[in-house]
Order: sequence, then structure tokens, then C-alpha cells
Amino acid sequence: MRLGKGGQIDRSQRIGFSFDGHRYEGFAGDTLASALLAHDIRLVARSFKYHRPRGVLTAGSEEPNALVTVGRGGTQEPNIRATVLELSEGLAARSQNAWPSLEMDLLAMNDLAAPFLAAGFYYKTFMWPRAFWERVYEPLIRRAAGLGALSGQSNTDRYERAFAYCDLLVIGAGPAGLMAAQVAARSGADVILCDEDTRTGGRLNAETFEVDGKPGSDWAALVTAELAAMPNVRIMTRTTVTGAYDQGTFAALEKLAPEVAARPNTPREAFWRIVARRAVLAAGALERPVAFQNNDRPGVMMAGSVRAYVNRWAVSPGRAVTVFGNHDGAHRTAADLMAAGVHVAALIDSRPDAVTDLDVPFYKGAQVCDAQGRKGLESISIATTSGIEKMRTDCLAMSGGWNPTVHLTCHMNGRPTWNADLASFVPTPDAVPGLVAAGACNGTMSTHGCLAEGARIAAAALGDLGFKVPDMALPQAEDAPYAIAPLWAVPGKGRAWLDFQNDVTVKDIKQAAIENFRSVEHMKRYTTQGMATDQGKNSNVAALAVLADATGRGIPETGTTTFRPPYSPVSIAAMGAGAQGAGFAPQRFTTSHAASVAAGAPVVEAGLWYRPSYFPRKGETTWRQSCDREVTMVRNAVGICDVSTLGKIDIKGPGAGALLDFVYTNMFSTLPVGRVRYGLMLREDGHVMDDGTTARLGPDHFVMTTTTAAAGAVMRHLEFVHQGLRPDLDVSQCSVTEHWAQFAVAGPKSRDLLNGLLDAPVDDARLPFMACGDVAVQGIAARLFRISFSGEQAYEIAIPARYGDSLFRLLIARAEALGGGGYGMEALNVLRIEKGFLTHAEMDGRTTAFDLGLERMISARKDCIGKAAAARPGLVDPDRPQLVGIKPIGAVKQLTAGAHLFEKDAEVTRENSQGHVTSVGFSPTLGVFLGLAFLKQGRARHGEVVRLVDHLRGIETLCEVSDPVFFDPDGGRARG
Amino acid sequence: MRITCPICGERDRREFTYQGDAVALRRPAVDDMPEDWDAYLHLRDNPAGVTRDLWYHEAGCAAWLVVTRDTVTHAVLDADLVSRHPGGAA
Repeated sequence: MRLGKGGQIDRSQRIGFSFDGHRYEGFAGDTLASALLAHDIRLVARSFKYHRPRGVLTAGSEEPNALVTVGRGGTQEPNIRATVLELSEGLAARSQNAWPSLEMDLLAMNDLAAPFLAAGFYYKTFMWPRAFWERVYEPLIRRAAGLGALSGQSNTDRYERAFAYCDLLVIGAGPAGLMAAQVAARSGADVILCDEDTRTGGRLNAETFEVDGKPGSDWAALVTAELAAMPNVRIMTRTTVTGAYDQGTFAALEKLAPEVAARPNTPREAFWRIVARRAVLAAGALERPVAFQNNDRPGVMMAGSVRAYVNRWAVSPGRAVTVFGNHDGAHRTAADLMAAGVHVAALIDSRPDAVTDLDVPFYKGAQVCDAQGRKGLESISIATTSGIEKMRTDCLAMSGGWNPTVHLTCHMNGRPTWNADLASFVPTPDAVPGLVAAGACNGTMSTHGCLAEGARIAAAALGDLGFKVPDMALPQAEDAPYAIAPLWAVPGKGRAWLDFQNDVTVKDIKQAAIENFRSVEHMKRYTTQGMATDQGKNSNVAALAVLADATGRGIPETGTTTFRPPYSPVSIAAMGAGAQGAGFAPQRFTTSHAASVAAGAPVVEAGLWYRPSYFPRKGETTWRQSCDREVTMVRNAVGICDVSTLGKIDIKGPGAGALLDFVYTNMFSTLPVGRVRYGLMLREDGHVMDDGTTARLGPDHFVMTTTTAAAGAVMRHLEFVHQGLRPDLDVSQCSVTEHWAQFAVAGPKSRDLLNGLLDAPVDDARLPFMACGDVAVQGIAARLFRISFSGEQAYEIAIPARYGDSLFRLLIARAEALGGGGYGMEALNVLRIEKGFLTHAEMDGRTTAFDLGLERMISARKDCIGKAAAARPGLVDPDRPQLVGIKPIGAVKQLTAGAHLFEKDAEVTRENSQGHVTSVGFSPTLGVFLGLAFLKQGRARHGEVVRLVDHLRGIETLCEVSDPVFFDPDGGRARG
Repeated sequence: MRITCPICGERDRREFTYQGDAVALRRPAVDDMPEDWDAYLHLRDNPAGVTRDLWYHEAGCAAWLVVTRDTVTHAVLDADLVSRHPGGAA
């Protein structure tokens, strides 16, 4: 129920929302949980496994029970914790994991079958028959057990990734964090202060403590206002620091306020990478439940959370509240409730020596041992020294103590340290370099202690960084001792719940121990304790305490499971923001892209590049028709193809020739200026890395081309060879792939085409085959290379990229006037297969110069990368598969790449495979399918008939083995 | 992870491309023993502790670096230009 006054809510701003279709109203500042509790809605969810009725347990991100689904279709988001879901106008939340409804959930019959569903049940039961697991058992279990569901549609919300840098990152804006941030800010350091809550203050917003004579939340607001006005401070509320990583890198998830996220083009969430020179962890502590029979009834809540609802949201979760705890702090819940005018039915403290001066029925040395009321708490049973007493109550506020939020200190393999006085784990110092814990997350439980430690830790970190820290007086605050006596589980029969989210009971943990799952990591996996959205924030320490007890070990020896990022759930959408669809990888477009697309060319991906597949003409209905025409066009007239995607590397300096000699197998220092040479490049292990032509533009100036696929790798390689192996060479290299648009002009009419276009005509005497030179097109300086990847008389013209589009259009128009036109990747491939030219289909990383018939290109006169390894006996074994050509001669005329080759009459078995086909294409020039293949001892088998078998596509044919150069073997056409 | 490039300063590891052990800088001569080449090409230590790797500042200055780091603590102890490590010397 909503209290008549108080709280940090804005009662002037009413907000309408719905839960499971029913409409309600709340106030600005409410969470869904506080607004539901204000309407006395206690049943909000069904549990994961047994479909037990569950209510709100906590008031923060650790909530295990109150998970809801928000949104529909592409924006549907399941498993949102109602305790951190800000109320916004029109919010429509739905309960999960219940059918047909939350009130009447038929799957609650699982709860009746609970004796059979204990830990390990699935593993033991659904073992036989084996085939049933995938098709019967798993779908059944998945339907019955679970959390919320995804819509199955693509997410239409917007997300963002962002980066930030600071001197000091303060994680958590409670008393310790605010104090640390204030010290750092006044020292002049760049500060980022993050808090997962919508406002700063932390527990000060939930408690009635005073700081400096003011209500704690007012003090927090004052400090926050001071910080917000400083240019060196960035306050990030609604931002959870989810992970600590190497060298001061932190991940953080920012959820934008609903009214901000609702604006057009605004992200819902931003995933931050924050790099901090130092960090203060001031993440506070999480309260832990006490395990007793039926402690999961809706209405049983954490005592600190009840205080938060009363003090911050002016909501009492009950009308007759009982309080049960094992430390003095729990008494404050009774005090705050009474101060707010709520009836407190009893205060129960498990410590026999506990005292209180509150005017309330007080049970010391007593324990709550059972709770009644299936869909909402009605009464509790109290075990006292004189017997069991039953008491009517609609809300039980329980506290088993506080667990410091050590999570981030463990993200780099650190383990927390057990502190017996606190009955908790505390951070182990220096577990994350540069990160120091302060305040409650460090086991410092009083407000004064938090303020003092925040100031001290920040000052030390800033001193390390060389900042001068001003003297500052500490604000006055309470400094009460924590006085706790551990209480993990109340003895008794029945199911006492530890992990509410995964329905794990004390009995389940003991069962795991009996079955020898004694390691805490094994226990976790066997019982599922500590999994899912809350990652056991409420239950981990109690569960391992129970395990320690069951295995007769101490808690420190039992240890914790591994804390891994993220601290709280982060959607894949946020982490992968911007990487959906076209954002997945960069797109590279050639300068002729627009013209090619305008000409109707289908575009194919070639690495990150997009290249035209073919240029269809009127009447052509299949790609083969276009491809055949384009090949014939190049052989008989002239074709234009954009080859700009090939890597281009500019190499300059007196050492350029020597560098090329070292990276290529053949000689380049002897290449005359104005000439081009084909080069072969090996990896150091002797296999072929790449090939291409390199032109000498001047005595100390070369331009290398690489294949499209290997451009990046070759650039890296050149830099490595130069910097790492030959730093003595005076040379530098630079990728100029993007700077030059380059077009192949190929075919017998190529020179005719160019001579109408270039400012000065070319002829064979000035520019013979494998020559290059400077030319001009309408006054624009360009480079012309007499090289050919088609086997025809051909040129490649390179022009600064800004003229690429216009030159391409000019070339196409002139080609069409000569009976030619553009050609795409398909025709390019057929043309090179006819000539037996290589691509990475042949240079697949496993082939050697020997395999390709290029071993004579490895110069005997010099060392080069890969030379020593290429001479290894295994790499020049005559039995290795060698490059050959194949032509079908059987009834089936089709060849397929990837097919295997067998001796004609051999049995078709894996062991009998003689090699495989790498590239195929239909040659309109020769009127037959042609293939390039690797065949054992292939060069000695020209003329032999082999059997091609493609099991995948069901193709089998006989082929004749030949030289890989099918067309114009002496190269007369290219020389023109 | 952050690497301090001696040319560009401290940068996110996403700017760098990892290559492998810095032993790649200790290239044998072409006529050295096959065992030397085998060790150079294939044999690598996998230490729990300090290791020296090659990283390429691909999205930065194109410098090849020898990065000394600890595989246990993930501490980056040093990053230096490969050209200052002739023959891979530490």
C-alpha cells in the first residue's frame, strides 16, 4: 500500500501502466515493482521449475523473482527485473512462465511432483531411450521450465556502442562512491561516476540516515549537483559497470531513461567501453535471505528492500509486517516501518543476546521456520525456545546479513577472501590492477566508514596519478557496528529455498554433496544454483555455506564459484550495436559500382568488396548467356573490367628492389624501369602466399599488385619482412588500393579503344607486352600497364580514384562502339581458366610452387622468404597433387569444383582419391567445360582419362587430363 | 586490453593484429640445418608467464611491435618496435 506521505516520488506526476492487461497508476520515480506493491499486488511471477507463486523479493538489480516481459514483436524483451524497470506512461508488462495465467498456472503441478524433480532429476531420468532426448524430452522440459520468451523477430530497437576515458572511474554512487568522486573532482582529475540506479545516493535513498545533519538522500543530491556542475566530471546514472578487463578497461551498460529512449533515432541502451587509469569500486552490498521452509511465499522479502520501499517509494509491502534477522541492521526495518506508521507484528532475531529498545513484540534467539499462504503470505511459524508459535502477517522482512558486491574484483581471475567477522567474502586486494574497493563492497558497513574509506581510497589513487588532493572534512554520519551472527538455513523439514530463480533448495545442495558433487563448481552445475539472470546474487554465499556444512569443510575451503562478466544481464543487441545487417562488416565499393548497378549488373561479394557478376543484355535470361557472350566479346573485340579491388602497394626507396627480391621468389632488382613482371610470393613455411604483377615505375619506385583476397595479408607481410627481418633496407611501402581506379581493357581491339581515348596514342614499340608507362586521359595523368589476365592483348589503365567513375563510363561507351562492353567476375573467371591462370582457389594455402608447376620461379641466385622450407622433401615430392587441366569426355559434360578425381577403373573410396577440382567454367571459346585440378603426379599424366565424382551434387563423369593452359598455349595473343 | 605503441601511445588492442611468438624475428640462414628451420617455423613455447609476441599496429602507424606480456596476469610489460630487436633479441 502507498503511504500517505514521504518518499522520493513525484506525487504530482501520475503514470498509467498495465500488468497482465490490468490498468494501474503509479508516480514518477516508481519502478514497476514499487508501483505493483503500492497496489498490494504480491503475486507477480511463477518460478522457473516448479511454477511456484512468487513475489517481489528485492528492490534492485539482484531480483530473482519478479521478471516480466515488456514490448511486442520486434521490441519484445523478456526477463526484465520489475525492480529496476522504470515506470513510464503506457508501460505494458506481462508475467512469464505461467499458463494459462499467473493466477491459475496449470504447470504448477510440477510443484506437486517436486519430490521427483530434485537436483539431478533430468540427468537421471531422461536417459533412455537415447533418441528421445532431442525430440521428446528436451522440448517438453523446455516448455515446462523456463523464463520469458523471445519474439523470434528481428530486434527493431536502436542500440549504440560508445567509448570513454578518465583518470578515475567510480563504480557506484552511494556514500563511498560519492565521496570518492568528490575528492577526485576537487583534485582536478577527470572523473566518471557510474551507478546502475536512476539516481545517485545508493543506500542513502533507502535509509533514514542523516549525513552532515541532512537526510542522506539530500546530502547525496547536494554532492551530485556540485559534481554535475564541474567540467571534469561525468555522472552516468542508469549505467551498470558490468565487467572489469585488462589494463583498466571496463564495460558498462547504459539504459537510457524511457522518455529519452522514446525520442526518434535515440538508442534504448548504449554499451560503453570505459578506460580508466584508476578505478574505485563502491558497488555496495547485497542482502541475503535466510533459508527456511516456504521462505519463497509472495510477501517474504528482504528487510533492506522493505526499508527501501518504505523510505524511497513510500510503499509498505504489508499491513502487518514481521521482521526476521541475525544482525542489528534488520532492526532498522522495524524502526522505519513504525516511523512510517505501519504496524509491525513482531521483530524476530536469531541471536540469543540481541536487544532492542523498539516497542514491538520481540523474539530473541528465535527463528522463523515456516511460512503459510500459497499466493501470498498469511502467517509464519516462529520456533522459539518454548515451542512453535504461529503469527499472522502479510509481509516478512528477512535478512541473513549482507554480501559485499565483490564481483568486479573477481573478473580477472581473482578470488574473494572470507571474513569471519562479517560472515562474508570481501575483495582480495589488487585482484584487478588499478581497482580498489571502498565502502560496503569492501566490508565497511557503517555510513561513516563508507564516507571515510571512499575519501581515503580516492586520495590514494589520485596521489598515485600525481594529483594534489585538497584537504576535505568528512561529513558527519552514523557509525553503528554491524554485529552479525551467521544464520544460513533454519533446520526443519520441507523445502527451504536458497536460489529462488532456479528453484534450488537446501535439500538439493545436500543431495549434490551426497552424490559427491562436492566442489562448489560441480554443485552449481548439478543443481543450477547461481545460474540465469541473477547469477545467484542472493544465494551464492548461503548455498556454499550449506555445501560447506554438508561436506564438513569450512566456508573458505569450499570457496566460491567463478564470478564472470557481465555483472548483470547485457543484451547481445547492446554489445553488438551497429553490427546488425549491413553493419556486420564494412562494405567496399569500386568507383564503377554505380555505373555497373545502373547497367543492371548483379553484384557479388568478394571479401568486403562488391563486384559486378555480369552485365546482362536484352534477351539474355541466364547468367551463362551473359557470361558466354562477355568471354567471346573479349576474345573477339574488347571488354572492360574493373580490377581496382586488387591490392596495390606503392614501394619506394633505394632498398625497394632488394625488398622485392626477398619477398618474391624471382628477381625484381633486375627489372628495367618501365617494365612489369609476374611475381610469386611464398610464406616462410614454403607454401604459396600470393601472386601478382609488380611494375617498376622508376629506379627506386615499384607498384605491386596483389590478389583481392590477400591485399591486407601481403601488406602486413611486407611491413613485417621490412621492419622485422630487413630493417637495414631503406624502403617504405604504402597501400594505394583505394587511391587508384584500375580497369582492364582486354581484347584484340583494346589498343584501338585506347588510342581514341589517350591524349597520345600507344603502340607495341613503345609499350610492348609487360611494359608500363605514364599516359594522360584528357589531361589527367594515368598509368598504363600492358598486362593480361585474359590471355588477350590487354592493358590495365589506372587513374586517380576520383576520375574512376567517369573513366569507366567512357571506356564502356567506347568498347560498345567497337562491338565490346563491360565484363564481370564470371567472364573474368572463365577467361583465366582458359589460360590456366591462378587464383586463390588454386593458391589455397596448402599448395607449393612445385604443385603449381612454378618451382623454376624460385631463383637459385638469392635467398627469399619460404625458399628454405620450399625445398623440404615433402614439399617437392613427385607424388604430391599437381596442377592440371581437365576436360569432360564422358556422357556428362559438366564439371564441378570440389569434386574428387579417381583412376578410371578404381573403386570410388576416400582412400583412392587422386586429387580434387579447384575451378571450373564453361568455355565458349572451346565449346566445353574446363576445369583446373590437383592430381597426384598430374604433370606426368596428361592425356590420361580419370573419373570425376561429386558426391554432394551427384555428378560423375570421365575427364581427360591436360596441361592447365587450354587456350593459346604459346601466349601469342597477349603479346599482340 | 591496451597496448602502448611506441609511436602512437596507448591504444585499444582492437587496433592491433596479433601474429605470434617474436621468435619469428630470429630467422635462420637459408642453408642452416633443417632442425633450425623446423624450430623457427613450428616449435613454440606456451609459457605460463612472460611471453614475447608480435603485434602489428594495423589500424594505426603500421609498426610491427614486440609486446612483452604475462599470460598469467595479462599485464603488458613492454611494447617496442621490432626494428629495435634485431634477430629477435630480447
